[in-house]
Amino acid sequence: MIWQFDLLILTLIVICAIGALSMKDLLSAAIIFGIYSFLMCLLWAEMGAVDVAFTEASVGAGVSTILFIGAILGTSRRSKD
Amino acid sequence: MDGLMQELVARYNYWIYVILMMIGFYAMIGKRNLVKKLLGMNIFQTAIILFFVSIGVKNQGSIPILSKKQALEGVADVAQVINPLPHVLMLTAIVVGVSVTGVALAVLQRIYKEYGTLEEDEILEKISKR
Repeated sequence: MIWQFDLLILTLIVICAIGALSMKDLLSAAIIFGIYSFLMCLLWAEMGAVDVAFTEASVGAGVSTILFIGAILGTSRRSKD
Repeated sequence: MDGLMQELVARYNYWIYVILMMIGFYAMIGKRNLVKKLLGMNIFQTAIILFFVSIGVKNQGSIPILSKKQALEGVADVAQVINPLPHVLMLTAIVVGVSVTGVALAVLQRIYKEYGTLEEDEILEKISKR
C-alpha cells in the first residue's frame, strides 16, 4: 500500500461522490457513479484486495451502471435536485 | 497530543470512510429524486466495504497468494501477508448490493408507470389527491 497513491484515489472518490449527487441530469449522474465504482476498484487493487477489485470492476461498475442507464432511459432523465 | 494527532492522520482511510458514509446518508435523506436516493445507498454501501477492506491492510504486506515454495514448505510469514478474511466477506456484500440495486430499479420503473414521476414530493401529492 503506497500512501500517496491511496490519498490521491480517495480524494478523487470523494469528488466523484459529490459530483454524482449534485448533477441535475440523471444520465450524467449514472456515468459519474460508474467512474466512482472504477476508482473504488483501483483502490481495492492498490490495497491488496485483488479479488474484491475484479468483482467490483465487473459487477459493481459494469452491471450496476448498465442497470442504472437502462432504468433511466425507461423513465425520466430530469431531476429537480 | 502529538501522538494523538499522528494517530488521527495515520488513519486517513477511516476518515474518508466516515465522509463517504455521511455523503451517502445525506443523499438518502435529503435528496428528493428516488434515483438520487438509490445512488446515495450505493455510496453508503461502498463506504462500508472500504471500512472492512481497510481493517485487513498491513503496511508493506503482500497480496494473500503464496508462491509454490512457500506453500510446499509451509514457511509463509503471516505478518507479511494481508488478511484475506474481510475481502471474502465483502465479495458477498458487493453481489448482494447489485441485486438490491436491480430490484430497487425495477420498483422505480413500476412507480414511474403508476405516477409518471420520480420526485418524492410529486408522488406524495398524487397519493394524497386520490
